[in-house]
Parts: sequence; C-alpha cells; structure tokens
Amino acid sequence: MAELAHAEDIKKHVRIYITVFAVLAGLTVVTVAVGYLRMPILPALLVGLFIACVKGGLVATYFMHLVSEKQVVFWILMLTVGSFIAMFVLFPWALSDQVVS
Amino acid sequence: MDHGSNGHNSNGTGSDGTGSNGHGSLGHQMPFWRKYIFSTDHKMIGIQYGVTALLFLLFGFSLVMLMRWQLAYPGESLPLLGSLFGDERMPGGVMLPEFYNQLGAMHGTIMVFLGIVPLAVGAFGNYIVPLQIGAPDMAFPKINMASYWCYFVGGVIMLASFFVPAGAAKAGWTSYPPLANIETMGQTMWLLGMAFLITSSLLGAINFLTTIIQLRAPGLTMMRLPFFVWAQLVTSFLLLLAFPPLEAAAVLQLMDRLAGSSFFMPSGLVVSGEVLNVAGGGSPILWQHLFWFLAHPEVYVLILPAMGIVAEIIANNTRKPLWGYKTMVYSLVFLGVMSFVVWAHHMFITGMGTSISTFFQITTMIISIPSVIILSGLFLSLYGASIRFTTPMLFALGFLPMFGIGGLTGLPLGLAPTDIHLHDTYYVIGHFHYIVAPGTIIALFAGIYYWFPKIRGRRMNDTLGKIHFWGTFIFMNCIFMPMFIQGLAGVSRRLYDGGSIYDFAAPVIHYNQFMSISSWLLALSQIPFIVNLFMSWRTGKEEKGNVWEATTLEWSACSSPPIAHGNFVELPRVFRGPYEYSPPEDPNGFLAQNAATAAPAETVAKEA
Amino acid sequence: MEIPYTVAPRPDTGVNNAKLGIWLFLASEVMLFGGLFSAYIFLRIGAPAWPGPHIGYEAVTRASDILSVPMATFNTMVLIASSMTMVMAWASLMMDKFTRYKQYMGATIALAFVFLIVKYFEYSGKLSHGLVPSESNFLAIYFTLTGIHVLHVIGGIIVNSYLWGPGSKMWKVDKQHFANRVEVAGLYWHFVDLVWIFLFPTIYLL
Repeated sequence: MAELAHAEDIKKHVRIYITVFAVLAGLTVVTVAVGYLRMPILPALLVGLFIACVKGGLVATYFMHLVSEKQVVFWILMLTVGSFIAMFVLFPWALSDQVVS
Repeated sequence: MDHGSNGHNSNGTGSDGTGSNGHGSLGHQMPFWRKYIFSTDHKMIGIQYGVTALLFLLFGFSLVMLMRWQLAYPGESLPLLGSLFGDERMPGGVMLPEFYNQLGAMHGTIMVFLGIVPLAVGAFGNYIVPLQIGAPDMAFPKINMASYWCYFVGGVIMLASFFVPAGAAKAGWTSYPPLANIETMGQTMWLLGMAFLITSSLLGAINFLTTIIQLRAPGLTMMRLPFFVWAQLVTSFLLLLAFPPLEAAAVLQLMDRLAGSSFFMPSGLVVSGEVLNVAGGGSPILWQHLFWFLAHPEVYVLILPAMGIVAEIIANNTRKPLWGYKTMVYSLVFLGVMSFVVWAHHMFITGMGTSISTFFQITTMIISIPSVIILSGLFLSLYGASIRFTTPMLFALGFLPMFGIGGLTGLPLGLAPTDIHLHDTYYVIGHFHYIVAPGTIIALFAGIYYWFPKIRGRRMNDTLGKIHFWGTFIFMNCIFMPMFIQGLAGVSRRLYDGGSIYDFAAPVIHYNQFMSISSWLLALSQIPFIVNLFMSWRTGKEEKGNVWEATTLEWSACSSPPIAHGNFVELPRVFRGPYEYSPPEDPNGFLAQNAATAAPAETVAKEA
Repeated sequence: MEIPYTVAPRPDTGVNNAKLGIWLFLASEVMLFGGLFSAYIFLRIGAPAWPGPHIGYEAVTRASDILSVPMATFNTMVLIASSMTMVMAWASLMMDKFTRYKQYMGATIALAFVFLIVKYFEYSGKLSHGLVPSESNFLAIYFTLTGIHVLHVIGGIIVNSYLWGPGSKMWKVDKQHFANRVEVAGLYWHFVDLVWIFLFPTIYLL
C-alpha cells in the first residue's frame, strides 16, 4: 500500500476495521464471561489462550495488515515465533524434569 | 575539496583520512562535534566503536593480568603497583578476595560486551558491511549513532561501578542469584549497564538486518554476498532475538534488588546465619535459563564475525574462491537457528532430569556439525592454493587450528557425563578462551591489518605485524593450554588462590606461574601492534586503491578512504559472486564483483 | 547520496526500510515479553498455590480476589478502541483527509491517557494497602509485567503525540513519507494492544 490509494479501496478497508473492532469487543466480553465460570486451570488456560490468539490474530491480520504483507516480514515473524516456542516449551519441560523436585 | 550542493555527491577525501570531508547536507563545513562526536556516518561510527572497543579490550586484559599476579603468587604483595589500589582493594599490596572477584566478574563482562562484540559487530560490521553491499550508508544512520552512544553510556556505568562502595559486581559475569541478588551496589550498576548495552545491540541488529536486506546494490543477490556479510546477518538475528530475554531477566533481578521481590529468591534462604526476610517462592534456576538463553547465542555472536573476516582474507590470499561457499552459508544459517535450543548444556549440573538433559546433549552435538563444516570449508580453501603470507593471512591461518582446539575441547562439555566432572573447572576456561582469544581476537587483528588500508589509505608496517603475530600466537597458547590440564585435575574456576589450598591440585598448581608470566609477555607482545597502529595512521606507506587485489566491492568500487557522503561516486552494479579469483579467462588475475565483462546480456538476466 | 528505499518500497522485498525496521523491532519485543511471560509460567508452575495461600493478611484463591477485573476489562476495551482509531488515522491519511487524521490520532492519544489513568488508580489502590512487589511473587510479576507494558504505552504516547503535533508538518512536504511514518507508528501501537490482549486474561482471569 505504497501510494495514496483510491478512496473506494480505503472505504472497504474502513468497514473491515470497524467490523474487527466490534468482534474484538465481543470476544473481550466472552473472555471475561468465561473467567466467571471458574473452570479448572487447564481448560481455563486452553480456552483463554484460544480466545486471546483469535483476538491477537485479528489485530495482527487486519490492523497490522499482515493479510497483505510481504514474504520478508513473514520470515522474520516465523523465526521469532520459533524461538518464542523454544523458550515456552523448554522452560516448563526443564522445570518439570528434575532429579530432585 | 569541492563543496557539494544539497544532495550532490562531493568527492573530498579530507585530510583526516576518515573519508569525511565534513560536509553536511547544507553544503558547508560541519562543526567538530557533528563530524567527529555525533556523526551519523557509518564509517565514523565504525571508528568510534573500534577505538572504544580496543580501549576496553586493553582494560579488560589489564584486569586479568592483575588477577594473574594473585594466582601465580597467592597472598603476596604486588610490587610498585600494589599500593595504587588502596586499602579497600589491596591492603599492603595483597589482593583481597572481594577485589579478586570484582576483577573476575568485570573482566568477563568487559571483554565480551564492551570489547569483542562492539569491535566485531559495531566496528567491523558498521564500517565494512555498507561498503561490501554497495550502499551509501546504513539504513538508519541516526539509530546507528544512538546505538554507539548507548554502548558508550553502558561502558561508563560499568567503569563507574568500580568506584561505588564495596566496588563493582563480583558474582561472575553470569550474575547467578541468590548471590547476585544480595550483592552490593556494584551489581545494580552491572544490571543498569547491561540494559544500555542490550539496547545498543538491539538498535544495531535492527540496522544491520534492514541494511543487508534492503540496501544491496543492483545485481547483489543473497548468494552473491561476501561470507562476511552473511556472518553479520546471522549474528544480527541472534542479537535481535536472544538479547531481550536477558533484558527481561535483568529487569527481574533489578526488581529483586530494588523492590524486594523474590523472582529468584527461594523460600527459607539463610544468609550469614539468618533467614532472609523475603516472600520467597522464587527460582534461581529461572535466572540461569533466561541468562543462558541469551548467552549461548551470544557465544556465536562472538565467533561468527571472526569466521567472516577469516573467510574474506583466506579467499583473497589463496587467490581462489572459498571452498563450498553455499554449504558454508547454509551451515551459518542452520547454526544460528540451532543456537537457540542448546543453552541448557551450561546447566547440566543443576539437577536436570535425564530426558531434558538428553535433549540438550543431542542438540549440542548437532550444532557442532555446522561449525565443523565451516572450519573444514576454510581449511579446504587452502588446498591447491598459491598462498600469499601477508600479515592478515598469518593471523587468519593462525585462527584455524586455534578455533579447532577450542571447538573440539567443547565436546566433552556438551556431553553430560563428562561435563559433570569438568563443569566450572579450568577446563571450561581453557575451552572458551581458546575460541575467543586465539580464535576471535586473532581474527579481529587479521581484520585490522586487512582493512586498515581501506580506512586510512596507508599500509601498516609488516615487520611489526609479524612480530605481533608470533608473540600473540605463542603466548596465548602458553596461557590457555595448561588450563585444560588443571581442569582435568579438578581445579575449580573462580578460586581466589588458584587452587593452591587443595592437595589434589598440587601436581598442577605450578602452571599458574607459567600462565601468569605468559600473560604479561602477551601484553608486551601487543606493544608492536599499538606502536604500529599509531605510526601507520600518521606516517604509514601511502597506498590507496585495491592494495590486496580483492574482488569484493569495498575494494573494487570505492576509494581508500571511501568518499564522505555516499561512499561511492555512483552506486555499483554487481555481476558475479564474491570470490572470482584466478578465473579461467584471467588465471593470474581476478574479476571484481562490479566489473562488467564482455557478456552483458547474460549477466543482466541473472540479476534478481 | 540518498539512502534508497526510505519511502518507496524495494521491488523484490516489497517493503520500505522503516517498515522492515519496525517489524524487526517488534520481533525483539515479542522476545522481551516472552521472557517475562515465561518467567510468569515458571514461577506459577513452581508455586504450591497461586496467587498464594494469602497475600498480606488476606486469604486468596484467585487473581480477581486482589485485582479488579472490571477496571482491567474497561482498559482492554479502551486499548482495542485506540487500536482502531490508530488504523483509522492512517486510513484517513491514505484518503488525503488530514483533519480526519488529526481527529483519529488525537482520539488514540486520549484513549491511551485514559488507559494510564485507570492504571494509576489500580496501582495506587494496591500500593496504599501495602500490596507491593515484595509481598508476593504474584504481585511482583503483576507489577513487573503491567509496568513494562505501561512504559511501552508511554513510549507510544510520545511518538503519537509527535506525529500529531510537530511531526505532522511533514504532511505538507512529503505525504507518502508521513503516511509511512504513521503506518509504522501504528504497527508499534497495535503491538502494544496485542500484548495487553494476552496479558489481561493471563494475569487477571486465569
């Protein structure tokens, strides 16, 4: 999106932005409602993480324009996600697998 | 000097030899502070980094030379210099254990974060990368300047920490809690200094990555990049992704020290006979994980630029392409990726279970493969070559077996059964010093001799260079080889008396004197280098142009020194790979990357 | 000589320098917050009870016993709204509507201030009751994680205010360059929102 684009194009995007905002607001309500259900920790974690990922995905995809972004940005993100996952998997594994707990 | 108008390229080389003709965009002379202090020119920033880093390397070296007195002659008064340090550090000239620990922790910190990385990445990377890719500057010149000044501030904080009550940090460069949590004020300053240094590295990494990806000259595809640039690219990725967890850890340790939290403080900790009044529930192991998550990729940050420099010099002085360039590049990338999943081999003795220990042993063994491939590629590049034994080449050749020893001695450390015996002994110190000292530092010296004519338009003196090489090479081996022997005998690291109190160390304790004397002789061996640097800067033999007959753009497409604004009179076009030495059509010559040949149609089609 | 691709994108990568730079910066920020989140996980797994059997003199079973979920929910809505106004600010520039841009950017900054004000009340409420980081690891990680996030919000306010005020003069000189700057600042701001989207349920609800 390097040039000042045609107004019609942008108006379509504006509709998307407003829709995404409404969905995000709704999902926030859902998040809090689920919180009040007082589920045990593991299902609560999975549901909470899932909703957060959906919300985060919407922000990244539409507000941050990842839906139309170029390969080089994806490569950077994939490498980042990879090292992030390494940290998030290996730290708890190390904590749980000890000779003396 | 001609005066350029706004946006016009001016071609003054200036009498200061740095390539800066001092012209700002307004076309008139820049004031001294804009030209030399707060410059946004990558060449000036590279020199700033280089000078500062060399000074810190000298200072960090001095710290350990002082320690080595205590190790060679435990409890004895240091003649002449001992009285300079005052009664809180060396009463009667005898080093206190607290001061010994400060020297140890700060030697490591300064050499790694204030010396090697700024020199390898900040100095060499900044100066050379834009030139080698045919760019007028780095992508973000102001951020480049900010990166240097963050480094500078971090360095000042680290130096200042020696002068606060109870002195500098003394819990090792690794700053393990709980000890680091309860240490004196110097530790807080270490954490603050690290925050600035990490910021500097992050800003630099963003700059390098954007520059290499975006500012390559037309025709310079990724697989035509000089190996040095690939090394800097992977290094920058490591810095970008691995440093932030250490920043997080530093924040947590600062919270523990300043806000009294217990991130790293276990419950029920007893200090000096009293239970500590903290909430507890924290984990010292958490610090170790966060620290080594950075510090393992960091060791590859220390070696990769050095490999890059050696590769350039070997290709140039063998007059042949690098053996297996593509394989070496893929190995670099694979090495970078693997470096994120090996860190806990530094933690084998923390009570790890067998599954996770196995995982890290396997990844550690796997990561040795790309290292071996790269080293083999460099060795194989010598096969069938007509070697020119120039001063840079001497250093580059010296690097190869030294890195070999350093790497091979790492293998027993990467396997838990042997590591349990060797961890935290002098064996470890020998291992990593072989890689950084006769390894990286020798490679950095090679780079200085190689690129000095580019930066200054003058040659360095070869005789002094050769004396410097042999003294450095011999005495580095004298210092670090006996460490393996001491470590295998079981002598621990960070011992104030070098192990002399232990009976089992008795057969190997005499090496301490030998190593200490070697370290002082190593210092003397640097004098020819320092003299050479100053002398050649002012009165070295003038030789502008492509003095090494090199193929890469920094030699073939720009002047020595490069012109101030934009480096190139006009941006080069690239037609071929980086090491077309002795091509079939010109067996005694070379084809520069930007030299057009008789088949323009074919080369244009190849451009990406 | 001009540095290429500061405004126009490079053909083969498709991005300009600043956009690539900001994504690289955001990658490092992901690892920074990742380090803090993994510390949270490490401490929570290792703790016999979370937030702890008691904090201060109060027995607690859930985070919401100490933290205010309504305040944080409100703040979540505020940040999401500010993310929308931020992208609308950029879209207005792309439609050549400068006044509209100023309104949306102003709204973004105002919403950010609202977030900070709510956080101020949250923090002062805790601190005045002796609920400080040294009291328990739950409070320590709460203050640290949200505190680092707050610093990032403040950074965003500073950048956005510059682009709303003195920086907006660039619109008269080079529209594309200014729009790019707003887009890049937007990417940073959306990231700040993204972090909160994960922070909120993790700290307050789980």
